[in-house]
This record gives sequence, C-alpha cells and structure tokens, in this order.
Amino acid sequence: MKKILKYVIIDILRNRIVLAYTVFLLALSLSIFNLEDSSAKGILSLLNIVLIIVPMVSILFAAIYVYNSAEFLELLVSQPLKRKTIWLSMFAGLSFSLVLSFLIGIGIPVLLYEFSATGITLIVSGLLLTVIFVALAMLAAVRIRDKARGIGAVILLWLYFSILFDGIVLFILFQFADYPMEKAMVGITALNPIGLSRILVLLKMDVSAMMGYTGAVFKDFFGTATGIITSLLVLSLWILLPAWLSVRKFNNKDL
Amino acid sequence: MKWALIILNCCSLYSFGGVLKVGKKEAYKSITAAVAAAKNGDTVWVSGGHYFEKNLVISKSIVLKGIDHPVLDGENKYENISIKTNDVVVDGFLLQHTGVSSLVDFAAIKIYNSRNVTVINNIIRDAFFGIYSQYGTHCLIKNNLLTAFSKEEQRSGNGIHCWKSDSMQIIANTVSGHRDGIYFEFVTNSVIWRNNSFKNLRYGLHFMFSNDDAYITNIFENNGAGVAVMFSKGVKMFNNYFKENWGDASYGILLKEINDSYIGSNHFEKNTSAIFAEGANRIVLKKNVFKNNGWAFKIQASCSDITLEQNNFLGNTFDVGTNGSLVLNFFNNNYWDKYEGYDLNRDHIGDIPYRPVSMYSIIIEKNPPAMVLFHSLIVSLMDKSEKVIPSLTPENLKDEHPLMKPLPL
Repeated sequence: MKKILKYVIIDILRNRIVLAYTVFLLALSLSIFNLEDSSAKGILSLLNIVLIIVPMVSILFAAIYVYNSAEFLELLVSQPLKRKTIWLSMFAGLSFSLVLSFLIGIGIPVLLYEFSATGITLIVSGLLLTVIFVALAMLAAVRIRDKARGIGAVILLWLYFSILFDGIVLFILFQFADYPMEKAMVGITALNPIGLSRILVLLKMDVSAMMGYTGAVFKDFFGTATGIITSLLVLSLWILLPAWLSVRKFNNKDL
Repeated sequence: MKWALIILNCCSLYSFGGVLKVGKKEAYKSITAAVAAAKNGDTVWVSGGHYFEKNLVISKSIVLKGIDHPVLDGENKYENISIKTNDVVVDGFLLQHTGVSSLVDFAAIKIYNSRNVTVINNIIRDAFFGIYSQYGTHCLIKNNLLTAFSKEEQRSGNGIHCWKSDSMQIIANTVSGHRDGIYFEFVTNSVIWRNNSFKNLRYGLHFMFSNDDAYITNIFENNGAGVAVMFSKGVKMFNNYFKENWGDASYGILLKEINDSYIGSNHFEKNTSAIFAEGANRIVLKKNVFKNNGWAFKIQASCSDITLEQNNFLGNTFDVGTNGSLVLNFFNNNYWDKYEGYDLNRDHIGDIPYRPVSMYSIIIEKNPPAMVLFHSLIVSLMDKSEKVIPSLTPENLKDEHPLMKPLPL
C-alpha cells in the first residue's frame, strides 16, 4: 500500500496542476488578507473560496485523475494486490496531495493573519470538504465508465451541492413558512456537506446575528460540544459512505 | 492657645453638629438608639460590625457614616434603611439580605418624598430593590456597588429604582444581577453618569415616561434584554457602551415611542440588534460606532424624521433592517464597510448612493429560519442582482453621500 501511495503522490506532484492550485490559493488568500481592511472581512471572502472553489477543484481533479490512470489501475490489478488496497491507496494519495495544497494555500495564511476560532473552523471544514469531494469523485468515476459522462456527472454534483441544494431549501422554507421549520432545518443541513461547513463557520463569525430566535436554535445545537462532534461525525460519514460504496463497486468491477 | 485651635478645628470638621458613635465599645450599641438620640445636623458614626436593626427609619436630617463598611442585615424580612426626611447622608455601609415581597417594594435604601438625600459608597448585596427613590428630588446616588443573585424576574427587584423623582444624579454605580440595573419611571431632569450595569436579568437601563434626562459614559453589558427607552422625550445619550446583548428580543437600545432625542458618540458592539426603533420620531443619531452586531439598526416603518449621520458601520452582519417600504428618515455621510462604490473626484465621499438594506435581511425578516442559508452562493447571487435592480428593498432607504473612509471615532 505504501508503495502505491508513493507512486500516486509522486505522479500527482509531477503533473503540476496541484502545484498551480496551491500557488493560486496562496496568492488569493495572501492578497485577500492584504487588501481587506480587517482580517475578519478577509475570512468572509475566504469562506466563499473554501465553499466554492475547493470542492470544485477537488472533485474535478480527482475524477479526471482517476479516469486518466485507468491503464495504471489495470496494470496494478494484474499484480498480486488486493483491489481494496489499490483503490484506497489511490484515494489516500489524491486526498493527501489536495489536503497538502489546501493547507499550504489557505491554512498557513489563515493561521498567520487570523488565528482565531473562526479561522480554525474554516481550515478544518476546508480539509474535510476536500476529502469529501475526492471521495465523491472516486464514487462517480467508478460507477460511470465513460470519461466525458463521468466528468459531466461530477460537475453536476458540485453544482447541486453548492447552488441547487440551497435553492431547494429556500423553496421549501417559503412553502412551509407557516410551520416551525427550525428543528427540521438542523436535520436538512446534514444532507449537504458544504452547507454544514458553512453553518459551522457562520456560528463563529456572525454569532451576534445567529443569536436571534432561529439562530439560537442552531446555536443550541451546533454551538455545543455535542453539536460540533455530531457535525464532524456527519462530515466524516460523507467521506466514509462514498469511499465505502466506491470500494465495493471497484471490487466487482469488470475493468 | 494651641489646644483651643485644635478643638476649634475638630468642631469645624463636623460643622455645627454633634457626633454620636455607635459600636461595641462606644456609647451607643445600636444604630436605632443613636438615631433616636440625634438631632438635625448631627453625625452618627457607626464602627465596623454586624447590626440587626430590623427597619432603620431616618426621619431627621443627619449624616449616617459607616466606618469599615458596617453590615446592616435585613434578615430577609425587612427594609434596611428608610429615609423619610430631607438632607440625609448615608455613607459607607454594607447592606444585605433585604426582605422580598410581592406586595411591598422593600429596598436596601428607600427614599420617601425627600430632597437632597445623598447615598454614597455603599455596598448592597442580595437586596430585593437596591436603592429606591419615590418622590425624591435632587438626590445624589454615587459610588455604590449593587450585586444580587436572583434567577427569575418575578422574585427580583431593580438595582437603582427611581419613581416620580426629579433632578436625580446617578453616578459611578455598579449594578449586576438585578431585574433592571437602573429603572426610571416619571423621572425628569436627571443624569446617569459613569455607571456600569451588567448581567441583569431584564434591562441594563429601563426608561419609562421620563423626559429631559441624560445618560453619559455608562457601560451596559450582557443584560437579558439590553437597554429600553420608552415613551419619553428629550433624552440625551452620549458616549455609552452597549455590548453583547444577545437574543431575539434583546437590543443594544430599544427605542419605543421616543421623541426629540439625541444619541451621540455611543459604541455598540456584538449585540443581536444594536438599535431597534419603533414609533420613534425626530431623533438624531450622530458619531456612533456600530461594530460586529447582528443588525446595526432595525428601523420599523412607524418611525419618522430620524437622522443618521456620521456613524461608522463596521463588520455588522446586516447594517439596516426594516419591515416596510415607507421611509421617512434620513441617512447621510455615514461610513459603511460594505460600500462598494467609487470616488472619482477624490472628495472622500462616494459617488453613488449606498443602500444599507440587503435583500436577504428582508427575506430573513419574513422568514427567520432562512438565516441558515446566509453566506451561501445562491444568497450572494440574489443580493448582487438585487443591488443592480432593486425590487424588494425600499427604494428611498439610501445614504446619498457615503464616506469612503471610517470616521476617527
């Protein structure tokens, strides 16, 4: 497993896209922190990047990489190796390199300029989102054989989680405006990892506004230790479930 | 000759009055006995110790002076000190365990229909009402420390409570744990200065039907519902700090039916709503700082002629919230950190107006659970498109001349 992991990471680092992604994030976060008058405002701008760009790059890059290494996978499968090991090494290699570039690109500037609860929450949710979207990409890539259709599906997935889902939630909120929706909303947020991460950061950043009645419901849940642990567990579930499904599929797949 | 001078000096210190000493080793063992023996203008010195005087009634113009904070215990049954005449001074006592009643407003120190009463340097602990003035005129309440430990509003009284009083001076007191920190009802021409009111169950400061008062340089922090100023006119508020008043019905200041008032140079930090104005008219808000609040200014459509100028709005989640499209108020020359306009002629005033009401704040006003989607991509898109073509937000609510740089406040 170690050897495959090493090959995957070296291969990813060699193709320079991840390097470019790191430099892009780093330049972006440094310029944001230097341009905005307060670092708290910088965190808000970075939040949008973490919630939109990081999932997009993670899911697209991972999917394209898996499709492009189809032959490498075939070669590995012909060796006396467990399929599970191969697939998980692939997953770990991808996650590791993207997490690394996220840490360098956003983690270090945030720690330098805004070392606070908000900053730490932002970094942790960005890390989890990276891994979640790599897992989703692996699932999509193993289920869909055709590369073009696979990448299309991956883009749709990203679009769904970052825009469509929130649109649907807004629609539901207005359709059921006469009913007490606060508690139900807490449950619905678990269905979208991006939304869940956003609320975790929001509770640290806009705590004053979140202390209104509705906000208090969220604060009572997400603000407590149980709530934070539950949300982290839900986010880990978003990693484990797609990863497990994709491993199961890859085990029986006719390559 | 020398001795005569010293004796003369001693006499002049206590200006024409006698001195009656109370204590274990002194002439009087109880304060009640000393007060009974005193004449107008006398001073009663009370040495340190624990006194159970039941209800101490003062109906002579005397100075009651505590040395080393003698303890006056109300045994959870009595009012500690009742002042029923003019020109009384109560200085340096520790008053505790005032009786609690739902019929009578027991207080640690209660002033009944009196003028020129001075209450200074007292420590009041676990009182029902702290210092209570009823028909008091020209009284000074200064440097007192009031702490209560109540858990529920019904069983607790106000820290400093003034009712139908005039020309009161409330200076440099610290109040916490009471129902309302400072309560004014039908109080006129009074000043509240340099007080610290925090962690009270309901309001830090509560104003009702009190005209022509000023409150200056006070700190109101972390009270159950912030500060409420209601049904009054001619109120001046300067240089106060309103901090961390959190909750749906909690406001930095609640302005309800307030007319002809001035709010200047105050600081509002981390409140759910810094100012909530309802039915308020002819108010000038100038040179205030609104920082990191949920809503900096919630203004209902029932307000008119409110002028908001030269304020700093920094890091608030929403700058202004409103519930209708009618706008009879003026916003001018404020600094808004969310302003995205430009300044071509370099006069430090933005060339395009700023609309402080964001579309999403209106949506949240109608549907509070929608707060869960705040800062998501779809919400940012909606806000941006609303800025280009306003449809939901009130057309006239805008700052025509927003500042490009924050004011040095």
